[in-house]
Amino acid sequence: MLKFNHHKNRNISLILGVLFFSVGIIDFYLNNYFNTNITSFLPRIINFFTPLIFGVIGLHLIRVEFSGIKILDSLNKNINTTNFNAALSVSIILLIIFGLPPLLNWLILDANFTGDSKEACTGGGACWVYIKVWFNRFMYGMYPNAEQWRVNLTFIAVLVFMAAGFFTPTRLRNYLSLYYVLILPIISFILIYFIVSGGSFGLVWVETGAWGGLSLTFMVSFFSLIFCFPLGMMLALGRRSNLPIVKYSSLSFIEFWRGVPLITVLFMSAVMFPMFLPDGTYVDKLIRVVVAITLFEAAYTAEVIRGGLQALPRGQYDAAKSLGMGYWRMHVFVILPQALKLVIPGIANTFLALIKDTPLIFVVGLLELVGMLNLAKTNPKWLGFSMEGYVFAGIIFWIICYSMSKYSQNLELKYKTDR
Amino acid sequence: MKIKKILPQLLTLLFIVLVFGFFTMNAQENMGARGLEFGFGFLKTQASFDIQFSLIDYDGSHTYARAYLVGLLNTLLVALIGIILATLLGAVIGVARLSPNYLIRKTASFYIEFFRNIPLLLQIFFWYFAALRALPMLEDAPMLLNSSFMTIKGLYTPAPIWTNFDVFFTTIIAAMIIIFFFARYAKKKQEQEGKRLPVFFISLAIFIFLPLLTFLIGGVDLSWSYPVIRQMSQSSYTFDGGLKIPPELIALTLALTLYTATFIAENVRAGIQGIGKGQKEAAASIGLTPNQVLKLVIMPQALRIIIPPTTNQYLNLTKNSSLAAAIAYPDLVLVFAGTAMMQTGRAIEIVGITMATYLTISLGISLLMNWYNKRIAIQEK
Repeated sequence: MLKFNHHKNRNISLILGVLFFSVGIIDFYLNNYFNTNITSFLPRIINFFTPLIFGVIGLHLIRVEFSGIKILDSLNKNINTTNFNAALSVSIILLIIFGLPPLLNWLILDANFTGDSKEACTGGGACWVYIKVWFNRFMYGMYPNAEQWRVNLTFIAVLVFMAAGFFTPTRLRNYLSLYYVLILPIISFILIYFIVSGGSFGLVWVETGAWGGLSLTFMVSFFSLIFCFPLGMMLALGRRSNLPIVKYSSLSFIEFWRGVPLITVLFMSAVMFPMFLPDGTYVDKLIRVVVAITLFEAAYTAEVIRGGLQALPRGQYDAAKSLGMGYWRMHVFVILPQALKLVIPGIANTFLALIKDTPLIFVVGLLELVGMLNLAKTNPKWLGFSMEGYVFAGIIFWIICYSMSKYSQNLELKYKTDR
Repeated sequence: MKIKKILPQLLTLLFIVLVFGFFTMNAQENMGARGLEFGFGFLKTQASFDIQFSLIDYDGSHTYARAYLVGLLNTLLVALIGIILATLLGAVIGVARLSPNYLIRKTASFYIEFFRNIPLLLQIFFWYFAALRALPMLEDAPMLLNSSFMTIKGLYTPAPIWTNFDVFFTTIIAAMIIIFFFARYAKKKQEQEGKRLPVFFISLAIFIFLPLLTFLIGGVDLSWSYPVIRQMSQSSYTFDGGLKIPPELIALTLALTLYTATFIAENVRAGIQGIGKGQKEAAASIGLTPNQVLKLVIMPQALRIIIPPTTNQYLNLTKNSSLAAAIAYPDLVLVFAGTAMMQTGRAIEIVGITMATYLTISLGISLLMNWYNKRIAIQEK
């Protein structure tokens, strides 16, 4: 590190450093966006690296121990500790200058938002008209346009029933977990069966093959989640049981589902499962898929919950037993409430993985959001917009997954109990 | 008391037997009705379908068993490349996440949050259908590094042509064995005399020079076959010579690497953060150099935290490589559970074999890792 005790020298070096740094950045900017090269007099190999070299020299010159200038000191402390660090920082800054403007241009500035046909897209940017025109398909699949209010209604109703848990009177609080584990799934199933599927109460019947888009993603992941949780809990308890048959059958069940990829499980549900049923029985594709995903995710949930059970100190078990509690009373009132609190982040991760796995159901011919994108991009009227579609789906999935992981981090902090 | 132990077990057993019995009975009935007989004889019959990309000799005249092998090798290939690249990238990002440099730290965490919150299948589709489709046609592709072409049909690179490759290969294995014994000798010497040999540099020298020696005396030779463009008709071109890496493989490897690296990076970060500051200070205070601190104190302890979850990620990557079926990369699922099953109609056998294969790989790796874990675990008294 250079040391400038003399004030005048330091000021000169600071000015020189800022100058060098700015020249590097401006040179890079001009190179990329105006095709002019202010350092073209230098040999070609050095010329290519001039922005980097100038930037590093600049940062080297402004690296002083303590200047009293707030911005400068924090800059030195955070991005400019050594020459190596300075080089990395300059590279990242140059990368941002290189990448960000074209990205913004494509996403927003040059993009087309108005119009309703392919011809409206003239600029070099993204064609969001495509998303606008196909929006209903991406959200609801092949569900008839006139009937889509039914899907919305069901979703709102399920959300209301879910939220109802938060407002239950205190004397019913004890039954809350029963409500979530047993009653809510049944209510949701009935709602979906009668409203989304229809066929009675004067509603037109819509077959599950026509369901799709993001709403299908939600439906599949919602049902898989609420079913896989109790199943995973049973499996976790089974695996820690001291009855050999229970233990080893749970163990092999868990290891089996954890050892195979989801895509083969879905293949199994599509082609192998009908062979296992009596001739003539037909189970709906959607139900088969939900069962397959549930079994698959239950194995992962079981391992997560087992982690929580193992993390509890032995004293908790001993204390519960010494109060004369039996196996079920001990688990329901002492062990599980504590263990489940410990595994919130793990469960959230499993659920995230579940949501990210749902696009796989294209294997059996169900088209959720990603499947619909692939269908839409082969439409002869709208060829060549696959990029927009994937970016759109990527943003939606990213928002869902990111907000959920942040929420689970909050929950983790909230439920943290000191021991 | 006894009944409390026996009853649940009996019920479980009964349940399992009933479910399996029900399924087997129906399966027998259904297969009988379709005139199929359960068995693996079909594996020896001619497959008569082609596979686009194969590591071993294969065409339609080979058997289904051979087609299975082609698919398995393709799966293992993409898994191996993915694991190596994801480990390298993950380690770099994980260390960058702990960098004192604000920009690097933020870039690394941006990368992690970005790539791990988007479904893998979507990423594969993005690379395959959107990003790689934007590449130039064969005739417009610029030459990279004076030898390769990145085109819409895949990456064309020079292909190595070996003479006496087996000699070269044996030497590499011999070099590894020598290094193994040398490392043991060096450790013994250190324990007895307190002298440290520069193990790493000597090993590296052995590993490089011994195989190189075969070029001089073993009759080994290496030449390159470069891809050369040739016009077939008015508007169709092809490359002669060279090695073609199909875009499916590139898209799949890219997506798997970028996705899995985020998880490995988090493991690496957690591993390094898990080592207390005191360890570093204690090691420095007994006079170890910073390199030695890292190598002898930090890494052995960090690895103990990093390896088990990372193994899980390797398994995930291998299982996720089955998404290849979505972009028609001929892996095990596409070749065997896809094409072969459509042709033979033997759903139970083929899905069974496919699942058993993945299960074997998974259980094999986890057994290996459990053994390794036990070996490096802290011996508590």
